[in-house]
Amino acid sequence: MQKILEGSRAIAETVNSCRPGVVSAYPITPQTHIVEELAQLKADGDGDFEFVRAESEFAAASIVLGSEATGVRSYTATSSQGLLLMTEVLFNIAGMRLPIVMTDANRAVSAPINIWNDQQDVMTVRDSGWLMLFGETVQEVCDLHILAFKVAEQLSLPVMVNLDGFVLTHVVEPVEIETREEVAKYLPDYAPMEYLDPKNPLTFGAFATPAHYFEIRQELHDDIVASLKPIAKEMKEFKKAFGRDLVMTDFYGNKNAKTVLVAMGSVLGTMKEAIDELNKDMKEEDQIAILKIVAFRPFPDDEVVAQLATAENVIVIDKSLSLGTEGVLTTEVKRAVFGKIKANVKNVIMGLGGRDITKDMIKKIVTKKDSLKAVEFVGK
Amino acid sequence: MSKYKSPLPHLLNPGHSACAGCGMIIAARLVLEAAGENTIAANATGCSEVTTTQYPMSAFKIPWIHSLFENPASLASGILAALRHKGEEGKTNMLVLGGDGATFDIGVGHISGAWKRGENFLYVCYDNEAYQNTGYQSSGSTPLDANTTTTPPGKRSSGSTELKKDMIKIALAHNLPYVATANVAYPIDLIAKVKKALTIKGPKYLQIYCPCVPGWGIEPNETLQVARMAQQSGFYPNIEYVNGELVQVQKINKSISVEEFLKPQKRFKHLFKNESGKVEIAKIQKIADENIKNFGLDKK
Repeated sequence: MQKILEGSRAIAETVNSCRPGVVSAYPITPQTHIVEELAQLKADGDGDFEFVRAESEFAAASIVLGSEATGVRSYTATSSQGLLLMTEVLFNIAGMRLPIVMTDANRAVSAPINIWNDQQDVMTVRDSGWLMLFGETVQEVCDLHILAFKVAEQLSLPVMVNLDGFVLTHVVEPVEIETREEVAKYLPDYAPMEYLDPKNPLTFGAFATPAHYFEIRQELHDDIVASLKPIAKEMKEFKKAFGRDLVMTDFYGNKNAKTVLVAMGSVLGTMKEAIDELNKDMKEEDQIAILKIVAFRPFPDDEVVAQLATAENVIVIDKSLSLGTEGVLTTEVKRAVFGKIKANVKNVIMGLGGRDITKDMIKKIVTKKDSLKAVEFVGK
Repeated sequence: MSKYKSPLPHLLNPGHSACAGCGMIIAARLVLEAAGENTIAANATGCSEVTTTQYPMSAFKIPWIHSLFENPASLASGILAALRHKGEEGKTNMLVLGGDGATFDIGVGHISGAWKRGENFLYVCYDNEAYQNTGYQSSGSTPLDANTTTTPPGKRSSGSTELKKDMIKIALAHNLPYVATANVAYPIDLIAKVKKALTIKGPKYLQIYCPCVPGWGIEPNETLQVARMAQQSGFYPNIEYVNGELVQVQKINKSISVEEFLKPQKRFKHLFKNESGKVEIAKIQKIADENIKNFGLDKK
């Protein structure tokens, strides 16, 4: 059913339609509305889940770890410092192969303390073993949540759905909300093979010596790499079930464009408008295109290489920074295309700590494309 | 694995790697047997986890989970929420197990949060008064003057300068319906306390005194003797609160001085070398005397 909702409410209603059994969270701006709305859905009798108030994000992540290990679909949401406080648990959840789904309302990291959007939080925990998906619009973010539960439980891997804090959590727009019944046709009940049960006493979270740890970690890596195929398949299934597209990457603009901008999240909307305006007056070969990245883990290397194969300039717009080197998405794109494409990959850092990214700034980058430094900061 | 049949009825089985004479492993076995097989346990990182669950082996015959050092109380909250969701609330005992480092220090926020929520689990703290697993560093539970690797005695130190944190009072301040100490030297009392606690709904706290053979510097055959002397000297009172009321104390049958309790332990050896040690022993005796007075441990 189409509704006009705040992004956070839309996520809460979608998560509720995915029938979680346990929700636990700790409030942090700009995630708060999501968990408030879930609490309200429960209070109104519209949610069939246990809501456990946690005294910290560390506890919230540990609570959903415990409930998921007891065989119940579990969900949490956080942002920024909260995600960092969860770090130890995030690695643990992935290592224990518990298919928890989390929303991260992407926000800058302190210091200085800053509640506004960038993507530094999630990029800081990129090695935790979670699958990481980035939505551009509220609709896409909602749809990625439904996919996330399906994929997570199929692969025994946790999934983090990312959306830009405030930009998407607090925006009000029309969005298609799937009901529990509709989602149930796509997402079956959670049926884990193993869970904590006195009738079948199993040990979870054993420690591994050097004799076993290595292979267990390699297996986690291999399974994340191999998750590309089942995710692609589930995206097709999603389209069949709900009629909307979900993609790992999306190419926008002229396929022959020599300059391709790469980015993740809500900034893509601004970028598309900016290049539409630029392209209007340009010859085909001078036109600009955009490669949108939805799946950051697993990273769709082959798709990215194919989309950038004919580009001469690749400019990655990053809302995060591996201090002292470059944007994190940039490093990822460079790794994926290394030795496989002819273009130079340049990096533009934008939007840190909620700095507005305007169409003019995007246009300026494109105009300056030949004189961009390897890592260029564009804040004005 | 399902074909394996334990020769013993224990829920914590032989084959674990705890030291000979380990106080913690004695407590763990007694706690599990008292709780019975219809029990789920969430365990903190530490000796109690490391000695029992080296992949691909496990000493446990109950469903058991370990995640991190500080979070088993939160795990238990999640497990209980999941059981509630499945309509299985109250059908299974929930235990949380951890050492004093996990309990007094790194996990205390999680424990406080879970107690505030009124979670229906029994938290068992194996109290051996230091981070023994990592090599005998001092914890929030380390008593005055103990020699640990981070509170070593020397020319300008008589060991730990801090008093043991009073977790019992912290538990009582959370209005827990059941708070008690127990001691591996008194297994019948320990078992009775676990069983009693599990009949009570809500958060329960049981702190068990468990000597650590290498950490305290005692012989493997001295574990129960030293634990007993802690009770007999008034150093570690054996007490029980129900709904905030002190309902039971173990009276001291055979009274001994704190000095007799300290003497066999290498962690207090430095107190017996000079005059300043005597001053310290007098301070510890004063703590024990106050326990005897406050809890009415004297038989007379």
